[in-house]
Amino acid sequence: MLYRENGQFKTSYGADQQVFPITQDRIGIWLVLAFAVFAVPVLADEYLFRAILIPFLILALAALGLNILVGYCGQISLGTGAFMAVGAYAAYNFSVRIEGMPLILALLLGGACATVVGVLFGIPSLRIKGLYLAVATLAAQFFVDWTFLRISWFTNNSPSGSVNVSNLSFFGISINTPHEKYLFCLGILIVFAWLAKNLVRGHIGREWMAIRDMDVAAAVIGIRPVYAKLTAFAVSSFIVGVAGGLWGFVHLGSWEPAAFSIDRSFQLLFMIIIGGLGSIMGCFFGAAFIVILPIFLNRALPALGDLVNVEISTAAVAHTELMVFGALIVFFLIVEPHGLARLWSTAKEKMRLWPFPH
Amino acid sequence: MKFTHLASALVAAATLMSTTAALAQAKVQFFPSLTGRTGPVAPNATPFANGYADYMKLVNVRGGINGVMTLVEECETAYATDRGVECYERLKGKHGGATVFQPLSTGITFALTEKVPGDKIPLITSGYGRSDSADGSVFKWNFPLIGHYWVAGDTVLQHIAKKEGGWDKLKGKKIGVVYHDSPFGKELLPIITERSKMHGFELQLLPVPAPGVEQKAIWLQVRQQRPDFVIMQTWGVMTATAIKEAVATGYPREKMFGTWWSGAEPDLKDIGAAAKGYSAVMMQHGAEPGSTVVKDILDKVHAKGEGTGPKEEVGNVLYMRGVVGAMLSVEGVRAAQERFGKGKVMLGEQARWGYENLNLTQAKLDALGFKGVMRPVSTSCTDHMGSAWARVHTWDGAKFTWTSDWLQADEQIIKPMVKASAERYASEKKLQRRDGADCQS
Repeated sequence: MLYRENGQFKTSYGADQQVFPITQDRIGIWLVLAFAVFAVPVLADEYLFRAILIPFLILALAALGLNILVGYCGQISLGTGAFMAVGAYAAYNFSVRIEGMPLILALLLGGACATVVGVLFGIPSLRIKGLYLAVATLAAQFFVDWTFLRISWFTNNSPSGSVNVSNLSFFGISINTPHEKYLFCLGILIVFAWLAKNLVRGHIGREWMAIRDMDVAAAVIGIRPVYAKLTAFAVSSFIVGVAGGLWGFVHLGSWEPAAFSIDRSFQLLFMIIIGGLGSIMGCFFGAAFIVILPIFLNRALPALGDLVNVEISTAAVAHTELMVFGALIVFFLIVEPHGLARLWSTAKEKMRLWPFPH
Repeated sequence: MKFTHLASALVAAATLMSTTAALAQAKVQFFPSLTGRTGPVAPNATPFANGYADYMKLVNVRGGINGVMTLVEECETAYATDRGVECYERLKGKHGGATVFQPLSTGITFALTEKVPGDKIPLITSGYGRSDSADGSVFKWNFPLIGHYWVAGDTVLQHIAKKEGGWDKLKGKKIGVVYHDSPFGKELLPIITERSKMHGFELQLLPVPAPGVEQKAIWLQVRQQRPDFVIMQTWGVMTATAIKEAVATGYPREKMFGTWWSGAEPDLKDIGAAAKGYSAVMMQHGAEPGSTVVKDILDKVHAKGEGTGPKEEVGNVLYMRGVVGAMLSVEGVRAAQERFGKGKVMLGEQARWGYENLNLTQAKLDALGFKGVMRPVSTSCTDHMGSAWARVHTWDGAKFTWTSDWLQADEQIIKPMVKASAERYASEKKLQRRDGADCQS
C-alpha cells in the first residue's frame, strides 16, 4: 500500500537514471543512513561496536569488492584474503616508512598496491575460466601468505612477524574510541558502496555483466574481454585492499598473515553467495549473516540453556553453533539459491502488489 | 507469518540475555577464561581451561580471596584471533568487570596487547605472547609471569649444552628448529639465533605452516641434513604429527627437545612407547599428580562432582598449567587486596598493581599446595616475569619423568634482548617509559 510507485512520473533523464528511482526507496535509504550515522552511535554499546558492527562494516566492504569480481564479472576468486593482506601490509609499510603519512592516504595506497597484485593474478583469467580460475587465484593466497611470513622487510623486520599500528587519525581527528572507528568505517563503506553502485550500472558494469553472462557473445558485440576482466579485477582488488587495511588498522590493531588466511577468502565467498551474487544489497545481507549469526548463536544457546536450567558446556555451544550455522546455510541456499538479496527483492515485489500478492 | 515467529524468538532471546546479565551476583571477583575447547589445539587447550576452572572452584572452597568468591565464565575462541577479540569484548565488562585475561594464544595476545591499556585490564601470558613484554616499564599491562619463549629457548639450549658437556662442545654442531610458522613459532628464534652466534653452532630453520598436520617435507629435510639436535616449538596437533614423522624417518627421539607447549600428555599418549626418549623443557611445573594442590582439587572439587573435566587428567602437564595460571591470577588479586582493602572486589586496574608487586615466597607457595611444583616468583615495575626457572622432563613411554635439575635462563643475555625489543616497540608506538611515580600508582 505504502510501497507503490503509482503516480511517480519521471519528467527528466536525471530522474529516470537515479540510483533509487522509486521515492519510497530513496526515503528508506536516507532513513537507514540517518539511523546508522546518528542513532547507532547513541544506542550501541562498546561491545556492539567493537565485536559486531565494526567487523560487519569492514567485511561488508570486502564482500562488496569481491561481489564486483564474482557477482558482476563472473570471475571466481579465492584470493580475496590475499588481496586484503596486500592492502593491510602495504598500508602498514606506507605508514611506518613515511613519516606523517595520513591514515586515509595509507589505506588508499594500500588499496592501490592490492590493485596491482590483483590485476597481476587476474591475467590468467584471460585464458582460464570458472573453477579453474578459482584454483589459479588460490595461488595468490598461498603466494601472499608466504611473502608476508618469510620476507621480513614487509613486516618491518618484526622478530615475531606480527605488526601493529596505533594512534590512528583522520585529518587531525583521532580515531581511537569505538564510536570514531565505527563512523570512520561507515563513512568509507558509504562512499565505496555509492561508487560501486554507480560503476555497476554504468557502461563498465554492463561490460562486466555481459562478460559474465556469455563472454563469446560479449566479445562479438565489441566488448574487449581483456579490458573488462582486468578492470573488474582492479576495482575489486582495490576495494578489498582498502577493506584489508581497515581490518588490520581499525579492527585488529595488530595482525599476522593468519588474519588473512584462506579461511577469510572462503568466508567472503560464502558471504556473497549467501547474500546474493551480483547485488550490492546482498553484500550487506551476507556479511550480516556470516559475522553476526555465529556470535548470536554462541550467545543465545547458553541463555536458552539457562531457561530450561541446563548448563551447556563451552565446547557443546561451539559445536552446536557450527552445526546450526551450517544447517542454516544449506537451508537458505535451498529456499533461495539466489541469495538473501533475492528474498529481499521478492518481498519488495509482494509489497507492491499488497494486499493482493500472488 | 514466519517472520513474526522469527522476530518474537529473537526478541525472547535478547531479553533472556539481558536478564541473565542482571542476575549476576554483586560481590564476586570475575576471571574470564578464553578457551580453545574446539579447533586445531583442542586436545591441549582443553586441560588448561579445566585446570583454570577447577582451581578457581578450589579457591572458593578454601574461602575465596579473603572472602571474595571467584567466578569463571568461559568464551570459546577456537584459537582464532578474531573470535578471541570478540570474546574479550564480550567478557571484559561482565560481572563487575574482568580481573585479568589469559588468552592462551600468541595471536590473541598480540591483538589484546593493543586493547588492554585502554580498558585497564591486565593480561597474563605465562609462557607465551610477547617475550619483550617482560619489560614492565614499557608494557604496563602485560605479564608474562614465570617465563616466556626466550626463557624456553635459553633453558632448552642450556640443557643440550649440559648433556654435551659444556657450551664449547656445541661449536660446529647443527641444531634444527621445527617451529609453527606464526608469531608463536617465530618468537623463539631471536634467542636461538643469539645463542648460535655466541657458541658457534649452526641453525637449520624448519618452519611448518599452521595447523601443522602436513610435515612430510620438513622431516625429509631433517633426514637429509641430519642435525645433531632438533628443537621443537610446536603446539596442538602439530607436536604429535612431528613426533610421528620423526618415528617414521627414524630420527632419534632422544635428540628431540620440545619447548613448554610441545611436551604434554595429549601430544604423546597416542604414540606411546615409540616416543620414548623425547624431552621437553617445562616452565617450572610438569605433570604433578602427587602434589598437594592436585589432591585438594580431587578431594574438594572432583569428589563433590563439581570437577570440570575428566578426573584422570587432573595433574597432567597442561591441566597444571591452567592451575598455575589460575593461582597466579588469584594471588595477584590477593596482593592487590593488601593495598586496596582486604575482602574487597578488585578492579582490573587494582589487580594490575597486585601482579606487578607479586611476592610468592616458597612458604606461600607451599601453603597453597604448590610444594615441589614451583619456585618463588617476585615481580616488580621493571620485571613483569618474576622468575626464569625451568626443568626438563622426558617421556618414558607412558609418562613424564624429570631428567634435569632446575635450570635458570641467563639474564645477562635475555635482559638486554628484552630491553632492546621493548625499546623498539616503544619508539614505534611513541610510548614513554614509565617513570618512578607511575610505578607507585
